[in-house]
Amino acid sequence: MLLNQFLLLAAALFAIGVYGVLARRNGVLVLMSIELILNSVNINLVAFSAVSATVGGEIFALFIIAVAAAEVGVGLAMVLLLYRNRRSIDLTEIDQLRG
Amino acid sequence: MFAQAETVATPEVLWWALVPLLVLAGAAVLLLTVASLVRRLPEWLPAAWTIVAGLAVLVSVVPLWNEVQDDGARSFLAGAVGIDGSTLFVTALLAVAVVATALLSRAYLTREDLPGVELYVLLLLSAAGGVVMASANDLIVLFLGLELLSIAVYVMAALHLRRIQSQEAALKYFVLGAFASAFLLYGIALVYGATGATGLARIAGYLSTTILLEDGMLMAGFGLLLVGLGFKVAAVPFHAWAPDVYQGAPTPVVAWMAAGVKAAGFAALLRVFVLTFGSWSGEWQPAVWGLAILTVLGGSVVAVVQTDVKRMLAYSSIAHAGFLLVGVQAASDRGTAAVLTYLGVYTLLACGSFAVVTVVGGAGDDRHGIDAYRGLGARRPWLAGAFAVLLLGQAGVPFTAGFVAKFGVIAAATEGHSYALAGIAMVSAAVAAFVYLRILVALYMEDRHLEDDDEAGAVEVDPAPWGPRIVITVSVALVLVLGVVPGPLVDLAKDAVPVLVGG
Repeated sequence: MLLNQFLLLAAALFAIGVYGVLARRNGVLVLMSIELILNSVNINLVAFSAVSATVGGEIFALFIIAVAAAEVGVGLAMVLLLYRNRRSIDLTEIDQLRG
Repeated sequence: MFAQAETVATPEVLWWALVPLLVLAGAAVLLLTVASLVRRLPEWLPAAWTIVAGLAVLVSVVPLWNEVQDDGARSFLAGAVGIDGSTLFVTALLAVAVVATALLSRAYLTREDLPGVELYVLLLLSAAGGVVMASANDLIVLFLGLELLSIAVYVMAALHLRRIQSQEAALKYFVLGAFASAFLLYGIALVYGATGATGLARIAGYLSTTILLEDGMLMAGFGLLLVGLGFKVAAVPFHAWAPDVYQGAPTPVVAWMAAGVKAAGFAALLRVFVLTFGSWSGEWQPAVWGLAILTVLGGSVVAVVQTDVKRMLAYSSIAHAGFLLVGVQAASDRGTAAVLTYLGVYTLLACGSFAVVTVVGGAGDDRHGIDAYRGLGARRPWLAGAFAVLLLGQAGVPFTAGFVAKFGVIAAATEGHSYALAGIAMVSAAVAAFVYLRILVALYMEDRHLEDDDEAGAVEVDPAPWGPRIVITVSVALVLVLGVVPGPLVDLAKDAVPVLVGG
């Protein structure tokens, strides 16, 4: 397959993820959108790694998977905290801070 | 099977160069283990432990600094980690910020009656992440350091259990921070695709020896990396999180965000852009130029209309990020030294200022409106005087360290023939001075007791506990001393200019 096809897939996932973060109001869906962006990066890295015949990209992808797991753990904990306090995970409802 | 005593080829590790990192990470892990095993830890122990760890890092930096100055920069772990002057300089700043934050946190946690081991563990881990960023010689390591730093700070921001603003600030910071990390990663992936390497020295070598016919991917990579790091250091237009997060997060944590996170972010910016992409500076300088102008102007102008002192300081920290970007934009050794000097001064100013805000905030951490500062000069002359010195320092008034810092970056910009940028930076410094003067006027000129007295009782400020008192005293003293005798700091920053060593 052509490298382009992988890059286009990654770019499409990236764009969907960015749209999700900006447009979604549900906290969990925003977290999922962030995961989508991180996975688009993984596709990019693995594709580049295969093309250039170096392992750097594949190792990097493994690190990203691990860090993304840690990050989403913290994110879900925060969404849970929000739910406990407000019985809602709608991010547009958190508006205590503005100047 | 193992009879032949085969040797396994492992990368060289310079353990002595890893001492600051090992102290911070080890102290965090030990503290967490002990705290979970011992049922009732003495209340003072976690803070004391953190302060000792911070001081130990400061002490351990000195022999490393001498070693690096004598033998030059080194890289190890198969070229993934480097140690040079800037690594150690930023490590020392982070250690100072850790000690200051721990001193503030102790007083804060006692006042707010919050359980407290986690904050110190996260602070130490976050500082370890900052040290990793400052010594990264590979984009993978840089990313790992950034995430270690950031994830710990997300949790720190949420630590005030009873303030809903604290949790809101943490969630905002988390969503935008994770978003920014994703952009940064996409940028790293594109740079890796364009150059075929993640090691900074390899990328630098590739870029300085190769002429790319199609550089679109590399340019996109530069752009996304700049966006990602711009978010972390709160550069306009990626600053939207900063005022909200600064306002909502516990004040000692804000001191760490302003001092520690910013220092680590700029260390990364210097390593990646000035050092690694240095041979392509013509391509990224215009972008940083625009970012610097937007940031100095945006931060200074919007700060003027704020009524909450924490938000004002947030915007002023954005403006400071703009001045730091002016130094980055110069893309020269002088610019780099100026950025490091600025970071040193800003660490002091931020720790001192947020120490005052911690004290004035009072129980509940709610009194941050400018009203709370009215007439403070009459009631708490020492506290008000210290805050006045710190604000004048932030404004860059001569005979304070702030002037030395601002002078350095603007001189670097004019040396690089960026006259427009230098001019705009000076104008916005004047605009920003208005913000600080507004607080000064509230401190001294307006006496609260003469006006409406319905809230007069609410603005009593308790005397500062000894922790914040130490932070305020030391930072004010250093800001004044470095304002008159800036030589030592400037010379250190000059010797701390980073170098890339391939592995």
